[in-house]
Amino acid sequence: MSTLQQRQQARQLRHRLLLSAPAMAMLGVFLLVPLGIMLLVSVLQGGDYGGVKWGEYSFEAYVSFFYERDLDDSLVFNTDYLQIFQRSLWLSVLTTAGCLLIGFPTALYLALQDEKRRNLLLFLVTVPFWTNLLVRVYAWILLLRNGGLVDSGLGLFGFDGSLGILYSDAAVIVGLLYSFLPFMVLPIYTSLEKLDWRLVEAAFDLGANRRKALQRVIVPLAMPGIVAGTLLVFIPSLGNYIIPELLGGGKSLMIGNLIQLQFGTAHNWPLGAALAFVLLALVLLAMLSYNLRFRQPAMEGHA
Amino acid sequence: MNRRNPLWRFTGVRPTAWLFFAFLYVPIVVLVALSFNGGQSATLWNGFSLKWYAAVANDPEIVRAAKNSLIVASLATLIATILATLAALGMHGRTFRGQTLMGGVLGLPLLIPEIVTAVATLMFFSFIGLKLSLFTILIAHVVFCIPFAYLPIRARLQGMDPRLAEAAADLYASPWRAFWRVDFPLLLPGILSGAMLAFIISMDDFVITYFVAGAGATTLPVYIFSAIRMGISPKINAISSIILLISILFVALSYYVGQRRR
Repeated sequence: MSTLQQRQQARQLRHRLLLSAPAMAMLGVFLLVPLGIMLLVSVLQGGDYGGVKWGEYSFEAYVSFFYERDLDDSLVFNTDYLQIFQRSLWLSVLTTAGCLLIGFPTALYLALQDEKRRNLLLFLVTVPFWTNLLVRVYAWILLLRNGGLVDSGLGLFGFDGSLGILYSDAAVIVGLLYSFLPFMVLPIYTSLEKLDWRLVEAAFDLGANRRKALQRVIVPLAMPGIVAGTLLVFIPSLGNYIIPELLGGGKSLMIGNLIQLQFGTAHNWPLGAALAFVLLALVLLAMLSYNLRFRQPAMEGHA
Repeated sequence: MNRRNPLWRFTGVRPTAWLFFAFLYVPIVVLVALSFNGGQSATLWNGFSLKWYAAVANDPEIVRAAKNSLIVASLATLIATILATLAALGMHGRTFRGQTLMGGVLGLPLLIPEIVTAVATLMFFSFIGLKLSLFTILIAHVVFCIPFAYLPIRARLQGMDPRLAEAAADLYASPWRAFWRVDFPLLLPGILSGAMLAFIISMDDFVITYFVAGAGATTLPVYIFSAIRMGISPKINAISSIILLISILFVALSYYVGQRRR
């Protein structure tokens, strides 16, 4: 390669890096640096009235995940925070399972419609994504509250009294399902749409019934979409703040609310930072295992 | 494949799909219907009335919050779209070392849970001693709008025919002129859809704004959240319906235009 060409290429690369620089700088200064500071705060001593004492280090925040300091300064095992982590994981798993249960048949239904109808239905699936989450969660308060519309609706069927599920785990799950269902339907639909349906026809020709065809051909081929959807539902559920706050009513706390509390009334920034860091680590771990498992270049259908 | 073939009728698929759409839309319909309620109650129907819409329009607090939201969303969209367009142009072409990492950083705000970004940004502003205000909200919004603007632009660039730019160069267009006359017009739909996404995401954001909003710098979602905390009311129904209907109108319009263009 001639030096002239090399020099030209180097110039072009410099040019391209210069173009990317402003966005990178913005994200570097206002996202990466803050995450670094968060990590630092998690190992600092908390201030007496919120904030932190810069320069005074302590692992108190991480210790308090498991232990509580008694009056005489001895450590007592305490599972309060662990329980909230466990509840968040559990509610997110249930939400993901529910999304899969409703989302897969819906995606299959969409994939089997003719084009015009399919486009319209797809549009209807995406509309909620463009509308305000807070407002849609608020609508569920109207529906679920005592004497709300769900209760009146049940009254029509002769069920008297109140379901009383607002401000409970059940209400949080309904809210999470409602908010994240489209995130399950869309990726599954995408992989079903790309699917070679002649393979399914071949299965039928070979004597498979619908159930077998679904089990042995359609579901395995849709696996990339199912996994992507699972991740897209599970991750935002785990760290959600709005839904447990409004529908759980402070009784059904999740990690997000616990973090918020440390910056609000609890005035414990180091603990809040440590909790946020653990949540981030969980999410990155999930993404990493997804990438290792499913993003390999030569991906077999049976991933 | 023939989609009308009865072989494709899987049991339970159609009812589940209808259940899905009902689940998705019934709450929205109920909310909008109740916003026309004439009574004082948020959930008990008491005749049709537009009075709660009038109450919304005459509430200075709501009007100010709406103004703040519009200011932040417009500026954040403008800045994020410019940064994202430049970055997409820079990331386009022969791969170089570190490009994957840079692409990862550009998409990072999508990956990190909102609550984590929110508290990290709050601590950062406290660390550098920046007072919370509309300005801090703007900074935070630009950060999470960048990937939403970047992805459609990058996708559009990848779908573009490189021979067009080459043809322009063959016809003695300077690189600058070739960009503005050939690349940019082709890129414009990507830029517009990126900007639209960024604008909507910024208008709707609650969690991050809630943490980095200073006193008095209330946006519409932050206002609605505090109002809900005080208890449900027909006024919240009205303002919520306005927000919902505006976004639905917005998407329906872009869908309609997209269908027409085919």
